[in-house]
Amino acid sequence: MGHFLKLLFRNRLAALGATVLSALLIVVLITPLLPLPDPNATATAERFARPFTEGHILGTDHLGRDLLSRLLHGTRLSLAVGIAAALIAAIIGSTIGLVAGYFGGRIDNVIMRGIDMLMAFPYILLALAIVAALGPGLMNALIAVAAVNIPFFARNIRGITVGLAGREFIDAARLSGLGHTRILVGELLPNVLPTIVIAMSTTVGWMILETAGLSFLGLGSQPPVADLGSMLGEARAALITAPHTSVVPGVMIFLIVMSINLLGDGVRDALDPRLKSGALSRPRAVTLVDRKGPVPAAEQRGLLDLDALETQFHVGKRVYRAVGGVSLYVKSGECVGVIGESGSGKSVTALSVMGLVPSPPGVITGGAVRYEGEDLLGARYETLRRRRGENVAYIFQDPLATLHPLYKIGDQLIEAIRVHHDTPPKEARAKALDLLRAVRIPNAESRLDNYPHEMSGGMRQRVGIAMAMANDPDVIIADEPTTALDVTVQAQILALLDDLRRERGLAIIFITHDFGVVAQLCDRVAVMYAGRIVEEGPTMQVLDAPAHPYTKRLIACVPELGSGKRKLASIPGLPPVVDNLPEGCAFAPRCDKARDDCRRGAILLAGRGLRAVRCIHPEEAV
Amino acid sequence: MQALKVTDLSKTFDLGKPLFGTARPGVRAVRPMSFSVARGETLGIVGESGCGKSTLARMLVGLMAPSTGHIEIAGKALDNADPAAFGRLIQYVFQDPISSLNPRKTVRQIMETPLKRLYGMNQAERNKRIAEIFDSVNLREEFLGRYPHEFSGGQAQRIGIARALAAAPEIMVLDEPVSALDVSVQAQVLNLLADLRRDFGLTYLFISHDLAVVEAVSDRVMVLYFGTVVEIGRAEQIFNAPKHPYTRLLADSAPVVGRPLAAPEQVDSELPDPLNPPPGCAFARRCSRATAICRDQEPPLTEKGKDQFAACHHPIAD
Repeated sequence: MGHFLKLLFRNRLAALGATVLSALLIVVLITPLLPLPDPNATATAERFARPFTEGHILGTDHLGRDLLSRLLHGTRLSLAVGIAAALIAAIIGSTIGLVAGYFGGRIDNVIMRGIDMLMAFPYILLALAIVAALGPGLMNALIAVAAVNIPFFARNIRGITVGLAGREFIDAARLSGLGHTRILVGELLPNVLPTIVIAMSTTVGWMILETAGLSFLGLGSQPPVADLGSMLGEARAALITAPHTSVVPGVMIFLIVMSINLLGDGVRDALDPRLKSGALSRPRAVTLVDRKGPVPAAEQRGLLDLDALETQFHVGKRVYRAVGGVSLYVKSGECVGVIGESGSGKSVTALSVMGLVPSPPGVITGGAVRYEGEDLLGARYETLRRRRGENVAYIFQDPLATLHPLYKIGDQLIEAIRVHHDTPPKEARAKALDLLRAVRIPNAESRLDNYPHEMSGGMRQRVGIAMAMANDPDVIIADEPTTALDVTVQAQILALLDDLRRERGLAIIFITHDFGVVAQLCDRVAVMYAGRIVEEGPTMQVLDAPAHPYTKRLIACVPELGSGKRKLASIPGLPPVVDNLPEGCAFAPRCDKARDDCRRGAILLAGRGLRAVRCIHPEEAV
Repeated sequence: MQALKVTDLSKTFDLGKPLFGTARPGVRAVRPMSFSVARGETLGIVGESGCGKSTLARMLVGLMAPSTGHIEIAGKALDNADPAAFGRLIQYVFQDPISSLNPRKTVRQIMETPLKRLYGMNQAERNKRIAEIFDSVNLREEFLGRYPHEFSGGQAQRIGIARALAAAPEIMVLDEPVSALDVSVQAQVLNLLADLRRDFGLTYLFISHDLAVVEAVSDRVMVLYFGTVVEIGRAEQIFNAPKHPYTRLLADSAPVVGRPLAAPEQVDSELPDPLNPPPGCAFARRCSRATAICRDQEPPLTEKGKDQFAACHHPIAD
């Protein structure tokens, strides 16, 4: 709650809204205690007194009633009716939405078609019809305004509920013996409550306006009782001769609705989960580069060189060292595997290469990334944008998330080609067709006009690869490209990547958590733990004779087909969180070989030739 | 003693009648299948996405009503899809540990629900039982006051297992329980499951796409393809000496350290269209051994080796 308020008040406009609204609320709450004249006491002799006349700070209306007194009493009534209407609409609408979304099927259909019918009427006509049927009066106006706003809540909440009702925790609750009512109230309601609060905070102002509108037409509060709408209505006749009678309630309505809307928007933003990681801002086009130390001297070992790369996430006061000095290179026609568990920094390493880590909160704080000797981290955005896709391309894990769902895959391929090369559409289409053939998609011609959802997972990943190949890049960075696929499809995709690299001399950086995949595809491998490379070398040497205790034990954890039922090795404990790394070796707390010297000072990656290990008591000498 | 007996269980999803014309035949997600699991046994279920393994699992725990067939648990027939009636006998451990826990409830509230609703325990009994269960899944009791998002995947999956254990079921259906976890943590959870099975005499149905994991934990393995059981047999035999060509394809596709990379089949092979299923064996189009009879007649599941059944007209001989 404290955190929520802090977020809310960081938004200055919301803070202003909250201040004005609370001031108004306090004043109207203590109105009966204030020494004000009776709001309904007429004194025709003093009609239309100007503001600041003796005894009437805001003047009087056409019957000589004190405007200040009427204003405060009227505001009190308007706010009460608006808030009551919002509560009623929220309760009824949300209940309808919850029930419709949870049960689905026919119940959903019947309820939502009813709601649709309600929405088909212009709202003011509907409100007028309800008031006409029930007769004028503030209570009936309240009912009308609430009824008109029920569909808004019902539709909103139904949408959220449909998504939640299919979630696994609802199934789990059912298996725990909960009935429908308990699931609705106990499991679903707490999850939709923030949405209800947001919807309410953004509609209260609107409902106050609607009530005022009905009162203005004489259908709401009845004389002599004042609310803001009826005050405006009564002042209309004297708009020219005594403008203050309309201005006073008008300003009040403006203040109330404005402050509620500002506060409501603030509440919505503060409850938005995206705000939790910092400001509500769009990520920059390139990761922020803020190198603390000098740029490491150029030492070209391959086509793409990563040199002591450091990437951090700055979230609030915390600093997560996702990548803590990674050096890696890849030559043409070579495949380098980067293996590690989740949180080891392997994906952030890959995204840092082309400045794709979202900033904020990501910052590249050190090192260099060189493509053919040119430092990409210091490059201008235009240079980097040209290099993306043209020289270095990415393949991601989930092609369903990376392909645009609303465009045909052919059009997406053509766009990828034409962004970099000014190609006539016809030629680009022919090129796209070639690409689909190159990734062995059967019936490539007809597949060009498919949407992503019309293809299977394996076919989509082939399109993902074709997209990466669109501009004949020299380096492909593949981030777990087969993790979401079935084994038989995975085998096909791996074979395809292997062929492409041999035919076209591609350099591949292959990120994965699967030792079997690394063994089959990669020439060299680097093992990452807590943001650092702990071991590297030719794949077979690393897998056959792992030198770092972590590598050795991780390999032992992987069950291998053909060894029958058995107890599996495991590593106790969890990887460290990278905002609080232990001194010395990050693996020491989980390592059974750790000694005192493992927990002190920096441990360097050391070795001969291609082989290196970051351990002072290695399993094998390297 | 059979813990679970399934007879002719099937599920067809109706497509709904179009405004004009006649209704199309539904999608047969699970074709009639029969199998049984002995008490204390682990039956592994493998298959690729779309093979019907999750539909089967949801029917077994009563989250989905079967179209035909019977489910018998510990000799009692259970055909009405009332999850609460199923809950005491069979429980489900979900694939995604975080999303299977309500984000707005504390771990204690999550753990108490089955004890309260399925067994009507009072507060003292519940606290005692939760302490016992947490002890057996190696979780500390101080976790009880926290919310699900505060846990790592491995811890959350142990909470999911603890919740399933709280219902004291005969059978646990484990739907890809470790596929969302890292390998070092995966082994912790698999070993925990093995210990629990021994200590509580549980029966497991272990669903996974990872053949090596299934082989490591299962007594018997059932291979599904396109909603049909294509092979069922002892875990140590089924991948070493498969009888059905699909089982062999699966075994050959799994990446193994030291085996050279080769796509084990042509590239255009995909699952058949469920809206327009082919006659005969569903695998025939991808199968190098297929002949005319395969494209015409559906092969029955028959014994092809010791305790090994396969649905194939031309099984692989040893």
